[in-house]
Amino acid sequence: MTTLFRRYERPGAARDPRALDAVFESKTFPLVDGTSVTFAFRGPADEVRLRHWIHGLASSKPFRRLHGTDVWYLELELPERSRLEYKLEVVRGGQRQLVQDPLNPNMTHDPFGVNSVVHGTGYEVPDWTKVDPEAREGEIVEREIRSDAFGETRSFQVYLPARMRETRLYPLLVAHDGADYLRFSGLKTVLDNLIHRLEIPPLIVALTESPDRLREYGNDPRHADFLVEELVPDLEAAYPISTEPADRGLLGASLGAVAALSTAWRHPGFFHNLLLQSGSFAFTDIGELDGGPAMDRVAEFVNEFREDPGRPAERLFVSCGTYEALIYYNRSMIPLLQSTGMAVRYVEARDGHNWENWRDRLREGLSWLFPGPLWMVYE
Amino acid sequence: MSIRVVLLGPQRLAPTLVDAVDSLGIDGPIASITAGWEEREGEDRELEEHLRGRVVNLRVYGRAEEIYEADPELRRALLQRHETIRKLRDLYRLRLAHALDAARQLLRRDCPEGEESILEPERAAAIEAVRDLDAHHRERVREVHAAFEAGWRPEERDDVARHREEIAQALKDTAALGVAGGHVNILLNRMRLLGLPGLAAKRPIVAWSAGAMVLGEQVVLFHDSPPQGAGNAEVLEPGLGLFRGVIPLPHARRRLRLDDAMRVELFARRFSPDLCVPMDEGARLDWNGKKWTAHDGTRLLTEDGAVAEEWAA
Repeated sequence: MTTLFRRYERPGAARDPRALDAVFESKTFPLVDGTSVTFAFRGPADEVRLRHWIHGLASSKPFRRLHGTDVWYLELELPERSRLEYKLEVVRGGQRQLVQDPLNPNMTHDPFGVNSVVHGTGYEVPDWTKVDPEAREGEIVEREIRSDAFGETRSFQVYLPARMRETRLYPLLVAHDGADYLRFSGLKTVLDNLIHRLEIPPLIVALTESPDRLREYGNDPRHADFLVEELVPDLEAAYPISTEPADRGLLGASLGAVAALSTAWRHPGFFHNLLLQSGSFAFTDIGELDGGPAMDRVAEFVNEFREDPGRPAERLFVSCGTYEALIYYNRSMIPLLQSTGMAVRYVEARDGHNWENWRDRLREGLSWLFPGPLWMVYE
Repeated sequence: MSIRVVLLGPQRLAPTLVDAVDSLGIDGPIASITAGWEEREGEDRELEEHLRGRVVNLRVYGRAEEIYEADPELRRALLQRHETIRKLRDLYRLRLAHALDAARQLLRRDCPEGEESILEPERAAAIEAVRDLDAHHRERVREVHAAFEAGWRPEERDDVARHREEIAQALKDTAALGVAGGHVNILLNRMRLLGLPGLAAKRPIVAWSAGAMVLGEQVVLFHDSPPQGAGNAEVLEPGLGLFRGVIPLPHARRRLRLDDAMRVELFARRFSPDLCVPMDEGARLDWNGKKWTAHDGTRLLTEDGAVAEEWAA
C-alpha cells in the first residue's frame, strides 16, 4: 500500500505547500504502486468522492482531506491487470458535480460520456487495438434493408475486408450495437489488425443497430427472424459470403449478447459461432427479478433457456468482467452451456461492464471462433 | 553451373528484390512464382513495376487449378495425400507439445552452481527428443510423398506433363526465378506438382518469405505468440531441397520473442546445425551451392540464446 500522503498525516508533520507542489509535479496520478492505487485531487472542495462501477465495492468512496491543505486523496487496492473506470464527485457549496479526474489524462468513452480510467500494474492497452500503418484497411459501407419482421426499413453498416474478392467466400459475423463497437471498441481497427496479422481470416461483419434495443434485444422473435430470414440472405446476395453455418457468427455485449443467444436459440444451427460478452443473462431460481419490464423479459428467456437450452450453436466464446454485477449470471451459465455439447470457452478479466473490456477480449474470441491462416501464411 | 540462391526479407513495404537481381548481374526476363498468393497470383503489378517490367509469371497456382479441373482422379489422390499428412501432423503435434514442454521446463530451471553436469545432459537429451520427433515426422511425410509419386507418377499424366513442358519453355527465355511468399503449403505443393525443383535449379533464384521457406530441406512453421495455443514451432514437411543449412524465419521480429533467451536457445539448438536466420525487412542471405554469405543487418539465432548481429556461416 502506498504511503505517499500518510507521512503528512503524522502529528507535527510539516505540510509545506511547496513540498506538496513538488509531490504533484513529480508524480503522476492516480499513482499505481504494485496492487495499490492512490487517487488525488487538489482544489477547493467540501467533499470529494470516487464514483466507479466495480461490483462488490461501495460505488462511492470518500477521499480523505490532508488536514490544513487543499489536497484530497484515496488509497484503494487494485489487483494486477485491472482496469477501473471512474469519475470524481466534487462537492462545493452544496453543489455536486461529476467530473473526469483532472490529474489523469487517460480517458475512455462510452455511450454515456467520458470516464477517467486507471490501469493496474501489468495491464497494457493491447497493441492490436491501435492503428497499425502496415495493416491494410477494410471499408465501412452503409446499407439499408426493408424488414418485414419489423415493418420498416433498417439501416446498418457493413465492414468489408481489404482486398475483398468476388471469387472467394467470406465468413460472416453479425454484430449487435455495431456502431458502438466501432466507436468505443475500435472494432474496425481491431479487424484490420487481426486480419493483417493472419489471426483471423478476412471476414465480412454486419454492424447492426436497434432503435429499441431494450425490447428487440430481449428475446424478441422479430429480431431473430430479421437476422436469419432477412439480413443474412440480403448480405449473401450482395457480397461473396459463405452459406455454411460454420462460417457464420453472432457478436453481442450486454443485452446484445442476450440477443445473440436468443437468436441462435430460436434458429438452432444457423449460426455456429457465438461471441457473447458480459451477457445480461439474468435469471431467477425463485420469484421475480424486479429489474423492470425489459429485464423481466430477459429473465423469462434465460429461465426458459435454462430449462431447455437445446444446441443453438457449435462454438461459444463467453467473457465477463469480474468487476461486473453480471459475473454471477455469466459464471452460472457456463456449466449449462457446456452440458449441451457445444464447445465453450469462457474467460474473465479484471474489468467492468464497458466497451474497452469488450474490445480487449475480441482478439481471443474472434481468433478462437474464426481461426486465421497464421501458421501457414508468410507474406 | 552451380546453384545460386538469394533469400530476402519480406518485400511488401521495403522491396530489395531489384537490388538483389542487379547484384547478380541479371538483366534478362525474370520468371516469377506467386502461387502463395493463391487466387491473387496474377495481381503482380507491383512486382512487375519493381522489376522494371521484366516479369514472366509462371502461373503455378492457376496451372494447378487447371490440372485439378481436368484430372479429377489425380485431384482426389492429392486430397487423400493431404488428408493423410494432416492426420500425421495432428499426431506429431500431440507428441511435440509434451516434448517441447519438457525441454522448456528444463531450460528455464535454475542451475545451482556446480550442478551443470547434472542438469545440462538432461537439457540436451530433452532437446534431442524434440529433434528425433521432428526427424521422425519429416520422414513419415517424406514416405507419403514418395509413395504418392511412385503410385501416381504425376509427371506422366497428360495435363501435368503439358503444364510442366509449358513452364520449361517459359523458363528458357528467363535469366532468373523469383519466388514470392504467401501460403507456404499451397506454394510448396504446387511447385512440387509442377516439377519446379528440377526445372528451377538451372538458374539463379531469388526468394522471400514463404518462397524462401519452401526451397530448403525442411519447412518450419513458427509463431511464439499466437492468439490460440502454445506457439510450438513445427516441421511442416521436407522442402524442395534447393539449398541446405538454413531455416529462414520471415517476419521474425513480429512472430518470435527474440528477447526471450530460452526460446531463442531452444530454437537454435533444436535445428542445429542448420542456421536459424530471422528474415526481416532488409535481410539477405546468398547461397552458392556450398556456402552462405550473410549481408549486413542479417541476424542469427544462437545456441546461447542471443540474436547475433554479426556472424559468418
